[in-house]
Formats: sequence, C-alpha cells, structure tokens
Amino acid sequence: MPGRRVAIVGVGHSKYGYRNDVSLPELAWEAIRQAIEDAGVDQESIDYVVYGNVGVWSSEPLPAVVINEYAGLTPRGTMRVEAACATGSAALKAAYDAVSAGAADIALVVGVEKMNESPTPTVVELIGRAGNYFWEFENFGLTFPGYYALYATAYMAATGATEEDLCRVAVKNHYYAARNPKAHFPREISLEQCMKSRYIAWPLKLYDCSPISDGAAAVVLASEELARKLTDTPVWIKGVGVASDTSNISRRPDFLVRRGVVEAVKKAYRMAGIDYENAARQVDLAEVHDAFTIAEILSYEELGFAKRGEGYLLAREGQTYIGGLVPVNVSGGLKAKGHPLGATGVGMAAEIATQLRGEADRGRQVPVRHGVGVANNVGGTGHYAYVFVYSLNP
Amino acid sequence: MSQKKQIEEYMKQVEAFVEEAKRSTGFPLVPDQKTGAALWFDQRSLTLRYTISVERIRRFFEGLAEGRLLATRCRKCGAVYFPPQADCPRCRASDMEWVELGKEGELLTYTVIYTKPSSFAHYPDYAVGVARFPPGVNVLAWIRESDPRKLRVGMKVRWEVVKREPENYLTYELVPAEEEAEEVQGEEARG
Repeated sequence: MPGRRVAIVGVGHSKYGYRNDVSLPELAWEAIRQAIEDAGVDQESIDYVVYGNVGVWSSEPLPAVVINEYAGLTPRGTMRVEAACATGSAALKAAYDAVSAGAADIALVVGVEKMNESPTPTVVELIGRAGNYFWEFENFGLTFPGYYALYATAYMAATGATEEDLCRVAVKNHYYAARNPKAHFPREISLEQCMKSRYIAWPLKLYDCSPISDGAAAVVLASEELARKLTDTPVWIKGVGVASDTSNISRRPDFLVRRGVVEAVKKAYRMAGIDYENAARQVDLAEVHDAFTIAEILSYEELGFAKRGEGYLLAREGQTYIGGLVPVNVSGGLKAKGHPLGATGVGMAAEIATQLRGEADRGRQVPVRHGVGVANNVGGTGHYAYVFVYSLNP
Repeated sequence: MSQKKQIEEYMKQVEAFVEEAKRSTGFPLVPDQKTGAALWFDQRSLTLRYTISVERIRRFFEGLAEGRLLATRCRKCGAVYFPPQADCPRCRASDMEWVELGKEGELLTYTVIYTKPSSFAHYPDYAVGVARFPPGVNVLAWIRESDPRKLRVGMKVRWEVVKREPENYLTYELVPAEEEAEEVQGEEARG
C-alpha cells in the first residue's frame, strides 16, 4: 500500500576527504546548515532526525544526540542507524518511511563519518571484520578490498574483463572528481598510473579502491503538501528497494552478480515504473557503489544497464561518461569523491537532487531529459542493498 | 620490516611526541602530520577481546582435532550447512548430524591480501580462497600458495587441517592439488 509521496526539499554536502580540521559534530553541521537553509526550514519545524554513522573508529558512540545538541536540534526525536557502507541509505529509508507513513511531515537525514580518528591499520581491521566475524575474519583476516577481490577474480575469469577495464572505472571517476570541489581526490589519474599502483588485495590495486574518508551529507525530506510549499523543485523519491545477501561470502551461489542488489533494483524500478531491460534509456544518471572498481562494473549489470557478463564493456567503451549510454558517478563516486561510510548514501541523494535541479558543477552536469536518477548503495559485498529512484515528476 | 613492526614503530614515535607535548604545553595536543590541524591524542585506550559461544557446534572443533572438516546436515530435510550451524531455518528443526566434507574440491575464486588488518600484520602476505567441496558446500580459507600467478579459478584443491602459527591452534586451509600447481606453473613458463 503506497504511503504519502515524499520529496527531497533541501540538500547539504561537506567537502569529503581527510577532515582532521573538524570534529564529528562540526563536520555534520557543515552539511546540516546547508540542507536546512536550502530547504528554508528551521530546526523547530523538523519532526524527526535520522543519523547514518558506522562509528567505532571515531570517538562518539552516540553520534545522534551529540550532533543533535551541537546543531540545535534537541529535543527532536532521533536515532542512529547502521548498514555498513549503505548506512546513509538506511538512514534515508528510515526517514522516508516516517514521512511516507505520516509519522513526520519534515525529516532530516544526516550521514556523517570520521574514519580518520583512528590509524589506517585499525580502520582496515574494523572494515575487515564486517562480514561474518568468526568464520571469515578471526581465522582468515579478510579485508574489505579482499572481499571485493574475490568478486573481481571470479568475474575476470568468467568474462574476459581485464585489470585495465577495472582501472578505466577509476580513471573516469577521477576525471569527474577533478570537476567536483567537494571530492576527496579532485584530480585526474591516467590509466598507466592506476595500472602501476601497488596491489592491495590481488587483483585490486591502490587505485581500484575507495579511500578512507571523512565527510557529511544531509537532506531534508518533506511530505507532498509541505514539499510543494517549501520549494518549486522538489525531487521526489519515486522508488525504494531494499534487500540483503548472506554474511558469509562463501554461502553465495557465485561471485559474478550480487543477488541482493538485483532484487533491490527490481523493487525500486517496479515502484518507479522503470523497465529493467531498458533502464539506461530511462534515467539521466546513476550514482553507484564503486567502493572498488569491480563493484561499479557489477552495478552496471545489476542496474540493467548491461547484460550479465558484459558490464566491463561499458567501462572499456567509455559508455558511462556524460554523452555515453548513461552517465555513472559523475560526482567522482566513492572511488574519488570519497567514501565516508555513513555519509555515502546521503551524499548520493544530495548529488542526484542537485543534478536533477540542474545545479551541478560545470563540466559534470548531466543533460536532464527524463528528470530521473538512480542511486545504488551497497553495504559490504551486497550484504545490504539499497536502491532509490529520484524524479522531478511526482 | 613487517607491517606489524612498522605500525609499532610509528605508534612509539607518536607516543614519544605526545609525552613531549604534554611536558612542554601541558596538553596531549599534536599537530596533524599532513595538515598541522590540532589533534587531541586520546588519553584513554580500549582493547577488545571477545569470548565467542561455540558450545552448540563444539563437535566441529573435535572434528578438526581428528583431522576432519565437518559440516552439519539436517536429519529432517537434508540441508547441509558450512560453516556448520546448529539450527535448520529451512524446516525449523534442530536435529543435526555431522558429515565430513569430501577431500577433492574446486577453487571458485581467490585473492592475496597485501594490506593487512592490524591483528594480521605479523603474517607474511596470505592468499584467501573459496572452494566447493562435496556434498556441495563452499569453504573459505587461506590457500597454501600465496603467489596469485600459481592459482587459477577452477583448479583442484583439497582441504587440510593445519596448525596456525604463531598462535598455535588448529584450523583448516586449502591446498592446490600438486599436478594442478605444476600445470599452472607450466602455463606461466610458456606465457
């Protein structure tokens, strides 16, 4: 049963990167201030605040109340949610559900992460533990690049994709990050640079991997009635799909497609009226979960942009640049815009809303023909799958 | 120098620096190495070490001690679980029998971990693979061969119970079948 229509009416996005110049609440405030000013609402009119924050590497165990206090949001109802790298999208889903159900008219979603409060080996350890702790980490010391490397090895063996094809994703995403002042790495790289970078988890190299980032993003959601009063350009949440996959990567039938992601995509497309087989021609852009370059290629197939086993050809042919079949990650993606876990999904929402409103930076604004964008945020290696379809049309 | 030693050396340097900062300024404030931003070096630290309940799958460890790698099979519906689990969600029974995995398996995928978690930083680079064994379950474990050029998807592997050093406990690993390893090396030489 469909609930009330929900729209994004305000967006905020901090600079992602190595943000040891600010504390966790200061970082969150950068995004919150922008979002509530963009929406034209004050703190008192917000009914509910949901935070996406994975934490553990940062010192505050209760980020929701710490940031609520700092941002003048006390005594608004709040909570913090966690879904690994899809944490931001889980926060967005919780707030969407509240507004859709009528439990809130205006909700604020804040994704924030300060990964650099701990040394890199500790962060590598904590992310590596995120799978099935006892059967994967305790004895075998998997890392997050390692899990995706298991997918990359299987995919390359099955399809003919090469390490160059993976690096082409990195080159594209750095190209757009160079045009995004909020990106962690706003600079271009060459294919050669990527190919020559050291192996992190074979066959993935340094430039195949997203960085350890700090950052924050925020969006204000409103019910249809309020959205129309607040803005002339509400960006509607037209489709939402959520699914999961096994914690043990070994319990999956293959390492070529993430079943949960396909399921979430199909749910979101059905709700939004997008034809899975022809999806690339019905959206203006996609923000996909390129925590590792292989993940972007898997996403092409899972989003219906390429047939199974042919996603790498889109990378090889440059079909996901602006002007190609469908622009993907013209923000720079997780790869080069950065991947502050809790912020990532909210940052995708902010990016797509900004693009559909025609307000993206020069050199990376997509042509808006359909008024539709899709975000694919994945926790772990498909452990959590979240997909949102955004549209200028309710 | 191992990654573990590098990390330890680095932390020692930082701590010496912080002690000096406290003596000279009165605070554990250090400038960020990259940006110069002021950072408070936490004066509290936390070590996490869990006790994990394995009572209901205790037989698995007894199996390892006997040199066997065991999965559970539901006596009611026949579903096989590896890693072993005590309850069958498919038919909701908890009546399991233990079955040994077949020795001959096929490598489905693999990686070699070069950048390691801090609690694994004392090991040399290690390969991790997933292989399928009869009666049709997958096993994730280290592979004895850590040169990725000597591994390939589809190669024959067997499992072995091994002692994990330096921790000194029993676990299992994947071992490439010898003729397979030679074949891959041969291809490498020709290539």
